[in-house]
Amino acid sequence: MSVSFCGLELEHPIINGSGTFDAIAARRVFGDALIGSFPFAAFVSKTVTVEPRHGNPPPRLWELPGGLINSIGLPNKGIERFLAEDIPQLAVLPVPLIVNVMGFSRDQVAELVSALDEPEEVAAIELNVSCPNVETGLEMGADPWEISRLLERVRPLTAKALIVKLTPNAGDVPAVARAAEEAGASAVSLINTLRGMALDPLSGEPWLGGTTGGVSGAAVRPVALAQVRDVAGSVDIPVVGMGGVQSGRDALDLMRAGADLVAVGTETFRDPVAAVRIASELDSLLAKSGD
Amino acid sequence: MSAERPLAPFGRRLAPVSAREQHGAYVVLRCLDGEGPIPKAGQFYMLSSAARWGGGQGERPFLPRAFSVLRAGRDQSGVLELQFLVEDVGPGTNRLCELGPGDGLLLVGPFGNGFSPPREGRAAMLVGGGVGIAPLAILQDQLGAVATLPLLGFRDGAHAEGARLLQSPRVATDDGSAGHEGLVTELLLEELAAAAEELEVFACGPPAMLEAVRAICAEHAVPAQLALESGMACGFGACFGCAIPVRGGYIRLCVDGPVLDATLLETGAAAGAHR
Repeated sequence: MSVSFCGLELEHPIINGSGTFDAIAARRVFGDALIGSFPFAAFVSKTVTVEPRHGNPPPRLWELPGGLINSIGLPNKGIERFLAEDIPQLAVLPVPLIVNVMGFSRDQVAELVSALDEPEEVAAIELNVSCPNVETGLEMGADPWEISRLLERVRPLTAKALIVKLTPNAGDVPAVARAAEEAGASAVSLINTLRGMALDPLSGEPWLGGTTGGVSGAAVRPVALAQVRDVAGSVDIPVVGMGGVQSGRDALDLMRAGADLVAVGTETFRDPVAAVRIASELDSLLAKSGD
Repeated sequence: MSAERPLAPFGRRLAPVSAREQHGAYVVLRCLDGEGPIPKAGQFYMLSSAARWGGGQGERPFLPRAFSVLRAGRDQSGVLELQFLVEDVGPGTNRLCELGPGDGLLLVGPFGNGFSPPREGRAAMLVGGGVGIAPLAILQDQLGAVATLPLLGFRDGAHAEGARLLQSPRVATDDGSAGHEGLVTELLLEELAAAAEELEVFACGPPAMLEAVRAICAEHAVPAQLALESGMACGFGACFGCAIPVRGGYIRLCVDGPVLDATLLETGAAAGAHR
């Protein structure tokens, strides 16, 4: 079931969604078994920013029927310490490393992409564009013009694959995907979480420390399927599909909608090796269907 | 007690329920874990039921629930039996309380750091509140009952039946229906007045109790290890949902806790925000 993606040879089409698996923490908890039976065909890091971030005040989670809302706030140690401390630990993983980055301006994204161009351990870079450009006030991933300017700025900085992680909270997601492709994106990935909120039943105030958060899990699967189909029909570059995948059937659906790879996120919280089961179920389904 | 944290098998596994016991307001679930290591006191597992997880109140639960292990030991045939203390307070605990012998429990773990042995020259004073007495039972097993003095607080007599899970406890209840009428921290103050320099406190309970214990121990210069709780989705450092504030930032309670040295905290009331 091996698959080629942006020049990377992957053993199967199941990877993780950014921010849903911390391979370094998992090694502390599970030991070398993590390396021996790594569940994903490529590892996508949590979002790295230029400066360190503490993340949002708790509470950070709200359970939903078939999912959850998270308001984590991108806690990370910043690019400098990520390069020095984390890259060497991630280099021992038996799969290609994709580093997810986010900047609050084109210059910041350029700084991050430049920093990741050099280390050979980094196979590809994913751009988290679900944030406003502080210079224009426009959300980078929600506006085709912003995405074009961003890619024009960072594309010349590296020969590595640049994957644009599309936000579903945009008026015209396929238009953003087309703009990314035209400006040199190597692939697109979607969906990021859907913006949502929950109220404390006692106080009536927002429950999450960050007021709103991102909805993920089975609840968002139909939204993901529709958006993946729309985007895959609009671009020729590879598509990484994700959103509520819990089974091989869900993964197959996204692939039939046009995804080349499928990412698993929230389901990993329930079972750290869910991706192994999903890849195996997908393999059986593909064998049966003759796809 | 070893200083090493036992590693969790990589993956979720099925642990058949071997017994269900009612202790007043609490249920003790026993299950057989054929694959896991003997956990350290203070470590926890993520639990869910193999069947009908979801479809309860508001179509929840969706996520597994974190439980400190109450007790662990090998049965006559050498199989590891784990015990968990559950109080039916929401859709997840409600479903777990329905399980009985032969039902499937799904678990991942053991996770977290667990308690460290008491510092040289100090005896362990165990302070528990409500369902938070769970990690103190296995701590008492691992340290030896002679070395420990449990002080346990409950809201009423039905909950105080849980005190029988530990040996030789002093009990306090809010309504006076069992033991001392009042707070468990009043018992703690009495004990510390007599022998503060000979004790180290190991506490687990609701946020307000943990904060009171933290403040009392700080005032009496008594070292304390606090086992905290926070809503968490995964238990193994992936979701970053269980972050709690400590001096200097946030930590993930699942991988850097759940047991924290009290001096790391500005308040013991910080955790516990979940439903």
